[in-house]
Amino acid sequence: MITDITLGQYIPGNSILHRLDPRTKILLTFAFIAVVFITENIIGYVLIGFLLALLIKMSGIPFKFILKSLKPIYFFVIFTALLNLFMTGGKYIVSFGIFHISREGIILAATMALRLIFLVAGTSLLTYTTSPIVLTDGIEALLKPLEKIKFPAHELAMMMTIALRFIPTIIEETDKIMKAQSARGADFDTGGLIKKAKAMIPLLIPLFISSFRRADELALAMECRGYHGGEGRTKLKELRFKKLDLTAFLVFTLLAALCIFVGKFNLFYI
Amino acid sequence: MDIKTENLSHIYMPGSPISHVALDNINLEIKNGSFVGLIGHTGSGKSTLIQHFNGLLKPTSGKVLLGGKDINESRETLKQLRFKVGLVFQYPEYQLFDETVEADIAYGPKNMELTEAEIKERVFEAINYVSLDEALLKKSPFELSGGQRRRAAIAGILALRPEVLILDEPTAGLDPKGRDDILSNISRLQKERGITVILVSHSMEDVAKVCESVIVMNKGTVAMQGSVRDVFRESETLKKLQLNVPQITQLVLKLRREGYNLPDDIYTTDKAFEEFLKLIKKSPNQKGSVG
Amino acid sequence: MIEINNLTFTYDTCREPALDGINLTIKEGEFVAVLGHNGSGKSTLAKHLNAILLPSGGTVYADGINTADIKRLAELRRLVGMVFQNPDNQIVASVVEEDVAFGPENLGMPSEKIRERVDYALKTVGMYEMRNMAPYNLSGGQKQRVAIAGIIAMQPRYIVFDEPTAMLDPKGRQEVMQAIKALNSEQGITTVIITHYMDEAAEAERIVVIDHGKVIIDDTPRMAFANVALLKKLGLDVPQVTELMFRLRGEGIALEYNKLTVDECAEELKKALKKQV
Repeated sequence: MITDITLGQYIPGNSILHRLDPRTKILLTFAFIAVVFITENIIGYVLIGFLLALLIKMSGIPFKFILKSLKPIYFFVIFTALLNLFMTGGKYIVSFGIFHISREGIILAATMALRLIFLVAGTSLLTYTTSPIVLTDGIEALLKPLEKIKFPAHELAMMMTIALRFIPTIIEETDKIMKAQSARGADFDTGGLIKKAKAMIPLLIPLFISSFRRADELALAMECRGYHGGEGRTKLKELRFKKLDLTAFLVFTLLAALCIFVGKFNLFYI
Repeated sequence: MDIKTENLSHIYMPGSPISHVALDNINLEIKNGSFVGLIGHTGSGKSTLIQHFNGLLKPTSGKVLLGGKDINESRETLKQLRFKVGLVFQYPEYQLFDETVEADIAYGPKNMELTEAEIKERVFEAINYVSLDEALLKKSPFELSGGQRRRAAIAGILALRPEVLILDEPTAGLDPKGRDDILSNISRLQKERGITVILVSHSMEDVAKVCESVIVMNKGTVAMQGSVRDVFRESETLKKLQLNVPQITQLVLKLRREGYNLPDDIYTTDKAFEEFLKLIKKSPNQKGSVG
Repeated sequence: MIEINNLTFTYDTCREPALDGINLTIKEGEFVAVLGHNGSGKSTLAKHLNAILLPSGGTVYADGINTADIKRLAELRRLVGMVFQNPDNQIVASVVEEDVAFGPENLGMPSEKIRERVDYALKTVGMYEMRNMAPYNLSGGQKQRVAIAGIIAMQPRYIVFDEPTAMLDPKGRQEVMQAIKALNSEQGITTVIITHYMDEAAEAERIVVIDHGKVIIDDTPRMAFANVALLKKLGLDVPQVTELMFRLRGEGIALEYNKLTVDECAEELKKALKKQV
């Protein structure tokens, strides 16, 4: 049934990664992405791969979930790798017909593929260990300084919160209206594009109307509960950096420095 | 049109950790032209069952037969039979979408590819059955009052001229007057056209008022089935299924238990009034105090 | 105390007034049910109690605050909480306890204090065990109790319930009514409930029946339901047993008319049938 989807990828747990402050995790994820891009050679990638494997182990997230998160990019990874493999110039090692493979090509293909895999695996580790709500809190807190230049950090976070809350409700409602119109002979599956688009009208109009009604009622309910924007608002769960976060920053900095040092400067002349 | 289920089971998300048996081997027969109340607490499987009757849900195993024909035999049979079984969902007014009430009611018949004249006839017939004023046809459905919207939405299903009409809590959220109007309209329709009506309801009073027989669902199975009289007599069993008999029946059963000579099939105020009157008039010592 | 003086209100889209000279006083600690058919003006009246709507004429005061006084709106909203019909459309957060915290967060309370209030509110409605669940995994009755907890966490003196059980199944209705009754009797919160379920109204201390924007009946449930004929004319119901007693009386049988429950009516009928068995 359409209503049975799980939201986000969060897998509850109590590992060190789960317990870190969301801000720490978001910042470190960005740092990780930077390290991946700075790194240029195979040894560096091996190190990053090792680091990533360690983090996955620590998070307690089953490895198959990480593989699952890579599923949508398999095609993209293979495509980029092939493109780099055949399109990179240099000294050809193998040639057949119009296809030539050079040493540089192999290295570039491997690098690009690994970069993509690391990026996706790294960020999915963030979403696997952080609930959407906590993530929203983290984003809000990190964007807070930007409110000085009129950036609507609180509003953005509130929108994300409400979206998270209402997505399951609206999905359920879509299912219901779809069934109700099907009972009147609506056909959402057959016919050409135009017929299909037309068939959507009896679904979309009730959905729009009900969403507006919901928004209206929600706004009223929020007002009645004293909502007046982000100003002067406090939180049930204040974000607080703990000793664990400091440790995480330090450990990560050391490891990142190592990766960059090894990965950027070709120490072993490979 | 008879409805029959053979070993009907439905499992949501089979094989997943959140799989859930909604219907468990249901064998039912609903005779053509009957007026059946379908009751059971939330999650008992009522909604899942009625969605099988017009093919919106497919059985995980077992069959649904409509007039002896398996509705899931092919796409074609399903398409034909879907219009014969009109299903009015809970809060049907939320499915209204067209510019005018008339166009909205005509949506179903249009999907049946009927002629303009025929569609028009059906729209008028439908609004007549739900007592909706003709003047409202040209209005936008969103200009109507809550009760009128509900009736317009029900008319949208009646315009299919279904041989089986299923209503999922058609009176939910209405005031007493609105409730009575809708129930008496459905009753009239059932009598005049002789169609099969299945009324899903939480209100035992409503079921007692209009239905002939009752099916009680519990945990995906049929827990009780029979005439209104036979089922409502079992107030203790119903209570165990988290259901209540009508208040008036509770009163009568209580007095019966204390030895008063009252019939055990009283579930409307009208009937109770008659019986009490008989009983009191018979009582000799009452005669003096009348006045 | 809430004082409503000569309140009139007309919607922009209507010529007829929705409220037409309402005078009511709701005392501290009372449990009042407001009855009326759809369109009678009962919801419009409810919306005046915490300034969702402002009077076209007349005044509404809650503990001395004029609802039209825009400067004291925040204070008024804290004093008079409101629970709406559809629980889905008043829950903001995707975790139960975070939603209950929404009100206190808006008040800018320190987080330890919010925690205290959230836990207290959830325990009051019996939802503490489910504090970490997502609202969409809850039943209708549970969701509505979370919505009520969200209001309790603001610690209002008055709570107005606008058809809080209209969208619930019998079990949900029972759960919510139990919670509401406990709020009134145990927490001493003044309660106004708008409903068209007669059995719910029968639980109140006082029933106000509204029709065409006017107060028609203002009495105890016993006395109010004795007006069976009038209530029926207004498109309202009475409990089945009350109706039975009323009709039997109409036949000249000596019965007390102000009986509401099955047990009371059984006793009364037994008296009439005494020598029968």
